[in-house]
Amino acid sequence: MTYEEIDSIIERYHGKESAILAILQDIQAKEKYLPKETLEHLGERLHIPSSKIYRIATFFRAFSLMPRGRHEIIVCLGTACHVRGGQRVIDQFTMELGIRSGETTPDRNFTLETVNCLGVCAAGPVVAIDGQYFGKMSSTKVEETLKKFRPGKKEGTNGKD
Amino acid sequence: MGKISSPQELERYQNEILSKRDPHQPCVTVCGGTGCHASGCHQVIDAFRKVLQDHSQGNGINIRVTGCHGFCERGPLVVIYPQKILYQRVKPEDARTIFEETVLNGKVIESLLYDHPTTGTRIVHEEEVPFYQKQMRIIFGNNGNIDPTRIEDYLAVGGYRALSKALFSMTPEEIIREVKKANLRGRGGGGFPAGVKWETCKKAPGDIKYVICNADEGDPGAYMDRSLLEGNPHSVLEGMIIGAYAIGSHEGYVYVRNEYPLAVVNIGIAIQQDRELGLLGENILGSKFDFDVQISRGGGAFVCGESTALMASLEGNVGEPRAKHIHTVVSGLWDRPSNLNNVETWANVPVIIERGADRYTQIGTEGSKGTKIFSLVGKVNNTGLVEVPMGITLREIVYDIGGGIPGGKKFKAVQTGGPSGGCIPESLINLPVDFDRLTEVGSMMGSGGMIVMDESTCMVDVAKYFTNFLKDESCGKCTSCREGTKRMHEILTEITEGRGKPEHIDLLEELGWVTAETSLCGLGQTAPNPVLSTIRYFRDEYREHIINKRCPAKVCRVLLRYRILSDVCTRCGRCAKVCPVKAITGKKKTKKEAGEPFQIDTEKCIKCGMCFETCKFEAVEVQ
Amino acid sequence: MIPFVIDGQPVEGREDGNLLEVALDSGIEISHLCYNESVKPYGACRLCLVEVVRNGRSRMTTACTYPVIEGIEVLTRTEKVLRARRMIIELILAMCPGDKLIQDMARKMGVHEVRFKKEDKDCILCGLCGRVCDEVVGAHAIQFAFRGDRKEMIPPFGGEAMNCIACGACVIVCPVDVIRMEEEGDERTIIRWKRTLKMKQCKICGNYFAPWFQLEKFKEQVKLPKEFFDVCYTCRT
Repeated sequence: MTYEEIDSIIERYHGKESAILAILQDIQAKEKYLPKETLEHLGERLHIPSSKIYRIATFFRAFSLMPRGRHEIIVCLGTACHVRGGQRVIDQFTMELGIRSGETTPDRNFTLETVNCLGVCAAGPVVAIDGQYFGKMSSTKVEETLKKFRPGKKEGTNGKD
Repeated sequence: MGKISSPQELERYQNEILSKRDPHQPCVTVCGGTGCHASGCHQVIDAFRKVLQDHSQGNGINIRVTGCHGFCERGPLVVIYPQKILYQRVKPEDARTIFEETVLNGKVIESLLYDHPTTGTRIVHEEEVPFYQKQMRIIFGNNGNIDPTRIEDYLAVGGYRALSKALFSMTPEEIIREVKKANLRGRGGGGFPAGVKWETCKKAPGDIKYVICNADEGDPGAYMDRSLLEGNPHSVLEGMIIGAYAIGSHEGYVYVRNEYPLAVVNIGIAIQQDRELGLLGENILGSKFDFDVQISRGGGAFVCGESTALMASLEGNVGEPRAKHIHTVVSGLWDRPSNLNNVETWANVPVIIERGADRYTQIGTEGSKGTKIFSLVGKVNNTGLVEVPMGITLREIVYDIGGGIPGGKKFKAVQTGGPSGGCIPESLINLPVDFDRLTEVGSMMGSGGMIVMDESTCMVDVAKYFTNFLKDESCGKCTSCREGTKRMHEILTEITEGRGKPEHIDLLEELGWVTAETSLCGLGQTAPNPVLSTIRYFRDEYREHIINKRCPAKVCRVLLRYRILSDVCTRCGRCAKVCPVKAITGKKKTKKEAGEPFQIDTEKCIKCGMCFETCKFEAVEVQ
Repeated sequence: MIPFVIDGQPVEGREDGNLLEVALDSGIEISHLCYNESVKPYGACRLCLVEVVRNGRSRMTTACTYPVIEGIEVLTRTEKVLRARRMIIELILAMCPGDKLIQDMARKMGVHEVRFKKEDKDCILCGLCGRVCDEVVGAHAIQFAFRGDRKEMIPPFGGEAMNCIACGACVIVCPVDVIRMEEEGDERTIIRWKRTLKMKQCKICGNYFAPWFQLEKFKEQVKLPKEFFDVCYTCRT
């Protein structure tokens, strides 16, 4: 992200120091992570010490300091999904991808995350991949679901950009 | 339509909107709530749009995408007006048939109607469906009648009449008196009387005061606030404007969790529309009262649902709570008097002002007036969002509204109040649901999550699950919560993995005591509830795990033993294929050979359960 | 000054004071770790628990965050308070079993065993180093990062604390003495923050007295003649 782009985001919030969370969210949404140089530039512009920016960036789960994978797999860990066997689903993803929640595969294709309730409890266990929901997931369905997003195949089947 | 500058103008505009609406005109409403979204309602909406576009008689028929109807189990939901015929589990392919048969010819399509699980009868109208019958959808009901992105819809159902009444026929003191009389208690979980909060804030010294809407709904399994914000954002805003007027605040914030992008969008649209019509901003409705609202997004931290953490986050800091000896209503956001209420609490305000406290208090119990929206999920037939009068029993919610436990399994417990709450066992199923009764039995109302559990739910695992959640969400500031949740989780893990010791139960209780008594904020103070309540009502299950190293519900993996029943095994070999550690051996049945039954090497078995899930013949037994 | 009572003893506190500071000033011992009079009370360690009786109601709370209120009765050694403090020190000891101060405190409180899996941390997460660096020194070199049991006090992005002026305030204020400062030749190192700075020599006595980086920072902030920054404190006086 260029310094001009960062500065224009800061402008959107009138350069207010208290808008740091919103600014970081906008950057995260665009870049899919918070690059170190961007955070340092932000600190200078907003007169916030880097120790505080780092504290904020690492406190909130919305932010990632490492680049995310091409496809974001979010497994719902809400109670309803858990009670319907959600744990097995996450365990299966971990087994298939070799990464744990919060991690990205070495080939940068997948990032695995868990979230506390997607609000789709009726279809639980639920997994969202790139915003596409897969309801009534089970450990047996994980492999075939992942196939849709593996490199080599046409990128996803969700018709999104 | 420019800014409305008087209550009379508002009324005129409302009448104008109503006059243009023909209640007899056919309208297709499709639920656009999250649950239906996941079931594919957008494809259904697109299908209807295409049908109306292509069809010669498609002109003049409206499609309305509404807020959540609550019956998420049966989504996508479609209601055809004017007859109010409810179709459930609608697929995109059904759009054409629905249009031609029902919309044009008034014929009902049997196969799309709700079918009663026991009698099998088909039910045509929404109100007659058992899921809705015992509900009282005062707050949530309008979701199905409006498109949340159109303020005209909200005005058409009487929206902003309460605001008009408050600004022009009542004084701030009268408003507060009314809210106190209604005994509106916080719907976010605390149950604190909102009127008292408002009064304290109003009396606090300082000219600048804030009203805040806590939309950081973080309880896993609860999505009521989400559906209210997405489905009827104006109801929340109207409540906030009335509250701000009563308290003397001119600046408001809606703090929404960042995992709710649609809620952020819809409330943003609502705020913009309010500003255009003069319902927000300067001189609201010509009353000389100024008030405006800003949206702030959460950053993915459950602890930010706690008021001081939320305010710290609004100020641009980490969501670390502070001691509350001086309350936030006196010194909150930027050390100024701040009144924070939950989404559902705010949505109750216009209802109280319009109906009056006397009528409002006719619903509910002595200590808990009005209704509560619950997210009824888990092992229950009719999962979804339900709104019930306070005082209704758990039995009525789980069985009459929820339709009982699927698969004929036995009810075991209901978890209320999310990670801060506790479980309520079968013996208390007739408990009337109200703030104080739930607290008495070791749980709490919480934000409204109601998770039904059956015999295949392990209560020790449930305690471990919640403790794990809290351990991850703890801000880590105070020793009690950070170490307390960590160690409780550690012990629960020992127990569920076969290393439980008899002294562990006492240790859990002691840890629970110190975490509850000495934590800095509500997260830590209520963190032991899931553990302590499961120990209270399911001590035997804990003992079974510790002493006999058995999990009766067959959930705790390490304690399970998988076995293939040789007389049931068809020798298809599927299990061996999916076993990740190649622990299953046997001979596949072929055209030439009978094969040999497959067997699991228990030394290698990692208890992942893949074989059990894969076997189509139920030959895998779990002990 | 506002009068109230601690353990039956009449005491007085200033209007915006807290119970712990009044107790300590009055010679009443209340165990504490994360409190230091140079910075705002934080309420993290939970050791300074007391029972406060107000308007007939009693509640257990931390003394450092509770305000001075007229007529309250503070009890520092009730059964409940002692039981809670013992569990807190046990939890801290389980986290940092090697810390001598924590071991001593635990022994004094009668805690002789740790019933949890011992970790091998040394920092008790009291936050004093970061708070002093922010509130007193103003260098903002270190702060907490992450949350929950992953919380730790580190320089931004891990690595070297680039804003650290090696003043040593954090070294002094750390209650468990896990921040060490070393000097060798013309270099001073704050080991924990991986910060090594070259020291300036006093023009008069020739001793290394302060890091160049620190003096440059002060020069920016304080309007003093140049000579102040060439001479060490001893020689200046």
